[in-house]
Amino acid sequence: MRWLVLAAILPLLAFTPISCQQYSVRIGSKAFTESIILGELARHLGQSVRANSFHYQQIGGTQLVFRALQEGEIDVYPEYTGTIREEIFSGKVVHSEQAIRQALRERGILMTQPLGFENSYAIGMKEQVAEKKGMTNISDLAKDPKLRLRFSSEFVHRGDGWPGLRKHYQLPSLDVKGVDHDVAYRLLDESSADAIDVYTTDAKIRYYGIRQLKDDRYFFPKYDAVFLYRADLEQRAPEFVNLLKQLEGNVSETEIMTMNGYAELHRIPESHVAAEFLNKKFGIRVAVQKETVANRIWKHTKEHLDLVRKSLIPAILAAISLGIVATKLPAIVGQSLLGAVGIIQTIPALALLVILIVPVSKLGLSTIGSGSATAIIALFLYSLLPIVRNTFTGLHDIPIQLRESAAALGLPTVARLWLIELPMASQTILAGIKTAAVINVGFATLGALIGAGGYGQPILTGIRLNDNSLILQGAIPAALMALIVQGLFELVERQLVPKGLRLKSIG
Amino acid sequence: MLELRHVSKSYAGRQVLAPTNLRIETGRVFVIIGPSGCGKSTLLRLMIGLIQPDSGSVWFQQTQISGDVILTLRQKMGYVIQDGGLFPHLTAERNVSIMARHLGWNDDRISHRINELAEMTHFPMDALDRYPVQISGGQRQRVGLMRALMLDPDVLLLDEPLGALDPMIRSELQDELHEIFLSLGKTVVLVTHDMGEAAFLGDSILLLCDGKIVQQGTLQELVNAPTNPFVTQFVNAQRGPLEGNRT
Repeated sequence: MRWLVLAAILPLLAFTPISCQQYSVRIGSKAFTESIILGELARHLGQSVRANSFHYQQIGGTQLVFRALQEGEIDVYPEYTGTIREEIFSGKVVHSEQAIRQALRERGILMTQPLGFENSYAIGMKEQVAEKKGMTNISDLAKDPKLRLRFSSEFVHRGDGWPGLRKHYQLPSLDVKGVDHDVAYRLLDESSADAIDVYTTDAKIRYYGIRQLKDDRYFFPKYDAVFLYRADLEQRAPEFVNLLKQLEGNVSETEIMTMNGYAELHRIPESHVAAEFLNKKFGIRVAVQKETVANRIWKHTKEHLDLVRKSLIPAILAAISLGIVATKLPAIVGQSLLGAVGIIQTIPALALLVILIVPVSKLGLSTIGSGSATAIIALFLYSLLPIVRNTFTGLHDIPIQLRESAAALGLPTVARLWLIELPMASQTILAGIKTAAVINVGFATLGALIGAGGYGQPILTGIRLNDNSLILQGAIPAALMALIVQGLFELVERQLVPKGLRLKSIG
Repeated sequence: MLELRHVSKSYAGRQVLAPTNLRIETGRVFVIIGPSGCGKSTLLRLMIGLIQPDSGSVWFQQTQISGDVILTLRQKMGYVIQDGGLFPHLTAERNVSIMARHLGWNDDRISHRINELAEMTHFPMDALDRYPVQISGGQRQRVGLMRALMLDPDVLLLDEPLGALDPMIRSELQDELHEIFLSLGKTVVLVTHDMGEAAFLGDSILLLCDGKIVQQGTLQELVNAPTNPFVTQFVNAQRGPLEGNRT
């Protein structure tokens, strides 16, 4: 009976929506400060014309954000013309601005005029190191084959990144490794790297005393900042689009570098930085919510719990069923099933998230933002293995004499499973669920890689801003939640595991 | 009651039961005996359909034991194994009543039947709420027997039911089993390796060796008219307590 009640409650717990907010203007941004500031500018503009605007912060890399725009999961996001040309339309010959606009329009996307500043890639070295090695131009990189180059992962692979650069400058093979962009600055500072890729408007260039090597053979294309937005937005929110166009030609390189500096070096929230700019430049006043630490943690807790419950509970139900099926099928099929579930566990989290985006968006589910189906499905898949394996083992280890005794009574298969086998395996199954729950809570932080929110968000932001307290605001609650979830299942165990199995033999 | 027609069984190429014909008469205690690995448990498990014969067929009350009728037929058979085969997560009472509850008996009917059985098997009523690990081996065996008798089956199949017990309790339970068999008048098939037990409980004894029937008859017939030297050897192999006294 207890089991039946539980089986009825679980799906409710998993899928009852907590809130269902509809936004009229949805803004996206990539995972770096400048993109987030521009996103906040757009959000404030939306707010100022009383549009219900929402900003999905740091969704991820170019492909993820552009796909979200194309699929209509967001309406607008800041981009750079060079990136559109080289990255989004790589492989196609799209040179002129006209051609870019045409190609975008075919996808239902419009582009603003340039905002007024360029943000290109550059190769940066510490001033002293560059001086010592006598390097001023990118072509000088060929002088020292022992250079340690630490580039952001995107730059290592992009057509307009390292592969193109190396070919263009005919550089020898150098020691190149892909690292997180924010970590790269720290590596450079500790002299663990000799050169890194930088964004030319990055405030850290001045902060760390970095010399930008001159692009003496003109490899990097023009990277004018623009906003991309969906064509239908002009009908849905014409006031907003008009305001957005006011930014055209109105954000100078000095202005964006100052804003980047406030956010990165003085740790002023991007939302404040953007509001301040709008006020000074256009006299647009927007109310900026003060977000306390407690507020922020509570928000992330809700997002995190949402990811966990929507993935873990269906995983429990599916995995127990799979475990049962695996024991009932011929040994070879059962083992292959366990093997297949095991293989899922070996796929790196980021890879799994990216692989899932296409099928998830094909199904019409949201791929980004809090409650992202991509993150939930990935967590669901990761939670299967411990439960499937323990269900299989628990059922498999029931002594043959007892299984035969149950059969000899004349109990049908389903009754045997329900009355004898599952209760006898319950301890092992619950141990698997506990493991899965702890893994799930930990892995859910990775959801932030695709903007799914949760405790991973402050961790990522903390890494981006080199702010340890922010990292701890995500890491500590995540650890606590894992402990609480484990404790919770410990209580469930006391309720569900039959007393007879917890008794010690009188010997 | 039970009939095996030309039944054989092999495991991984090794024959554990040669093609065998066997009839078990109603109302008699039929003992299957033989050395370890002779196929006696296999014979019993074939009778209740826990394993399927490679050839031949098994019949119970003129019905062939097969997939679609097996569950119904088993309700007319009681099966007891060594140490009772009790489910550790259920109390003694729940172990005994599991099938009756599944069939939808009401509480009164169940408790009435359990009282009857507890009295018959000398099982203390206050131990009914205990779990298998909380009661002694002899009592676990009694619970196993109660469970087998719960639905008042037509035949009782016992696979070395007393094998795990110490000699005192074993002898006590042998007396009780004897009484129960007499009072119920049911058909009983008992597997044992103990000649004394076979002689004490059985009306008819079947001696099995290497998956073949060596001889079938009363103890008297086995002693007086052995069909081959193995019979005499097996019967004599059981040492009486005083034989060991070599002084």
